[in-house]
Amino acid sequence: MTTGTTAEVRGGIGTSVRRPDGTPKVMGNFAYASDLSSEDMLWGATLRSPYAHARLTRLDLGPAIAMAGVRAVLTQDDVPGELTFGQEEQDQPVFCDGVARYWGEPVAVVAADDEETARRAAAAIIVEWERLEPLTDPEKAVEDGLSFREMKIRRGDVDATGSVVVEGIYETATQDQAPLGPEAGFAIPDGEGGLDLYITSQWIHVDHRQIVACLDMPDDSVRCHPAGIGGAFGSREDISLHIHVAMLSLATGLPVKMVYDRTESFAGHVKRHPSYMTYRHEADADGNLVKVTARLLLDGGAYAHTSRAVLANAAFFTVGPYRCDNVVVDAAVAKTNNPPAGAMRGFGAVQTCFASESQMDLLAAELGVDPLALRRQNALLAGDPMSTSGQIIEGSLPTLEVIDAIEAIPLPDALDDGDDPRLLPGGTGLTTPSSAVVRGVGYAVGLKNLAFSEGFDDFAEARVVMTPAGVEVHTAAMEVGQGLVTVCQQITRTVLGTEKVAVVWDDTSQIGSAGSTSASRQTQMTGGAVHAAAVGLRAQILAAHGGDELRGDGVYRDGGRIATIEDVCAGGPVDHHVQFRHPETFPPDENGQGDVHAGFVVAAHRAVVDVDPELGLVRVVRIDTSQDVGTALNPQAITGQLEGGIMQGMGLAIMEELVIDEGIIRNPTFTDYLIPTFLDAPAVETRIIEAGDHWGPFGAKGIGESPTISSTPAVVAAIRAATGRPLTRVPVRPEDIAGI
Amino acid sequence: MNIRIKVNGEERSVDVAGADSLLTVLRNGLDLPGTKDACEQGECGSCTVIFDDEAICSCLVMAVDADGSEVTTVEGLGSEDDLHPFQEAMLAEGGVQCGFCTPGVVVAGSHLLAENPAPSEIEIREALSGNICRCTGYGAILRAFETVTREDA
Repeated sequence: MTTGTTAEVRGGIGTSVRRPDGTPKVMGNFAYASDLSSEDMLWGATLRSPYAHARLTRLDLGPAIAMAGVRAVLTQDDVPGELTFGQEEQDQPVFCDGVARYWGEPVAVVAADDEETARRAAAAIIVEWERLEPLTDPEKAVEDGLSFREMKIRRGDVDATGSVVVEGIYETATQDQAPLGPEAGFAIPDGEGGLDLYITSQWIHVDHRQIVACLDMPDDSVRCHPAGIGGAFGSREDISLHIHVAMLSLATGLPVKMVYDRTESFAGHVKRHPSYMTYRHEADADGNLVKVTARLLLDGGAYAHTSRAVLANAAFFTVGPYRCDNVVVDAAVAKTNNPPAGAMRGFGAVQTCFASESQMDLLAAELGVDPLALRRQNALLAGDPMSTSGQIIEGSLPTLEVIDAIEAIPLPDALDDGDDPRLLPGGTGLTTPSSAVVRGVGYAVGLKNLAFSEGFDDFAEARVVMTPAGVEVHTAAMEVGQGLVTVCQQITRTVLGTEKVAVVWDDTSQIGSAGSTSASRQTQMTGGAVHAAAVGLRAQILAAHGGDELRGDGVYRDGGRIATIEDVCAGGPVDHHVQFRHPETFPPDENGQGDVHAGFVVAAHRAVVDVDPELGLVRVVRIDTSQDVGTALNPQAITGQLEGGIMQGMGLAIMEELVIDEGIIRNPTFTDYLIPTFLDAPAVETRIIEAGDHWGPFGAKGIGESPTISSTPAVVAAIRAATGRPLTRVPVRPEDIAGI
Repeated sequence: MNIRIKVNGEERSVDVAGADSLLTVLRNGLDLPGTKDACEQGECGSCTVIFDDEAICSCLVMAVDADGSEVTTVEGLGSEDDLHPFQEAMLAEGGVQCGFCTPGVVVAGSHLLAENPAPSEIEIREALSGNICRCTGYGAILRAFETVTREDA
């Protein structure tokens, strides 16, 4: 893509420039939503259901109202507008509507002068329940017609058969995003009946739509502002405390702050869907995939959230990055009394990648061929039809390149008797002689769609403004830590030829939606909008002054400056506003066929593990990756995404599981829900594959999710290689390895 | 009750409730929100401060037990014009993403470097094993240590 800019600019695309919010973050003065405060503010607290399914038989707010320092106590009866909210389906009551349908469902909120009083008042509310049988079996739910979506894919000859058949039943447990920053919100009355809201979010415009509907307020009287966010990974895609904190502020006329504690956070946001998957792969004797048949069951929990999109991803990525002409998929997402599920990094594709990559290894073993050779032989490439939807893959898909690159990374030295015992499985607690520790190596390859699919009107707005002091990029896209802020600067610098670029976060009244910070979409979508706006601004300025080149110090023609930036801005700042859309997608037909996706990204992982087969302990020695990125806009930020995503994938492989019993999360703390630490983290080597793409800015693809998709099956494949165990469920537990 | 703490070199006096943790008092009573509250169980290290020369989780210290103590928080580590070398290295190496763990990581990291200017990788991993980062996968933070220890060597 031509830029029209000849001068090299510092901090443009392709450089590992520092992020502008880095300095405040290392100094501790970056304002997260949970850090906001004002002198006159109140604190909010929430009373929640202790059961996954129960009828509310008595609710006496009196003891809370009577407490000194309590200013408001609100329930479903106080909701001014729509009684329910939801991003895809408006099915979740703002508060318990008489029946609690999941553990931790909000029943009432309190505003009080201080945090302690608010929590004590919430606990003082008298609440009585009639316990109902929780529906926790997703299979039974679907049998009873309780599902958020059911879909089928029928492609090719459903009666086709192959001579080599492998079958498996796979399961993934419930994973939590566990961002370090808790859910937090700060609501400030504007004195005119309206509100300014600073709430942890991944998409403030979709929050805004639901908030104003439930508050029954005009759009322009509520402004959602981008707030400082401590990680997201999907957990902030849906409403948590948004409407509650707004209602408390409206009721009291005062600023109100709410922050979830860790246990509330576990209760208060959606999870990765647990899944149950039955697979049958059929190949010919030469190893060509002939047919894949799968039945996918996800548990969506009590309310819809983004379950429909998650199921679609699971179904469309049933086969992974492989060609197969005959595919039969039946998929459903159940409605139960388990914790509500929604988006988590790689949503849907994570679950089926674990199953399908496990199947590819089984098939390779059955055929007696090298697992990577089998993958190369069947690799899905640009121009091929997607095995599930039949959509012809446009843009790049360097499946073979990522496989070649991962294989070329040198393997580490073998385990040695002299190794530091802290580096063995179980660390210094290892009781097995190091000679009994077994090493295993496993590979996996993962495919994911980019941005929103199935005909969703997916767009992002951005406005780029030239001022004498520098360029401003205006967006409402949520920066959750991934580094979008830096990429927006880099794109603008490269297009406009100036280093002086600042990102300004607009609220919902100042600019249109940027869409969600999810589905690996913001580098391409907001990045695409920023690119288009900067290109438009440059053309506008060049046309106005008859120039042929824009540099940081002005407009040039034939190498000579004809106008300074001050001249350009003589009539005030010059701006260009864009609404950017990706290539149109379409809903699938009744057989799951059609051009449902906007683009694709592929990655490969190789895990090396040391296993103590007797105690079932695993140490992941290293996880290497090769990643299709289209074009690398910021190599350091990409590496950070790859390394961080791998850790979450490893977490799902061997340690991260919400233990759910009777619909109740039994380990909702960081003491009991284990997240990889510095001591668990393997070494990581990364290879960035640049093959361009057809619509992202400068050919970039979104890469936020790929690292979490094929890392999980790679780790499990490595443990299988070390132990010979089938390991069909993640996370793999010590008893699965020890065979107890 | 009222307690006295020397925070970032400054004598401070603050009223605390019996159940308050040092973390709560730092954030809400002393207006030092740099120290983060993420688990309140001493598991994640987001609230790490230097407490009488030890790196500790401030959520696990009762405020009343901090009376007469000396505390350094992230706010006391460096200024914008004079960052601690480890803060600088974290920026240079991409050790910061969402940044919520960062105050705890830079406090724990700078404390480790003060005690052991050239820690081995496994020593770094052990010393910071109580600081959970959900974004970076730790690689960039380890590289930040590498640059600091290399420069010191």
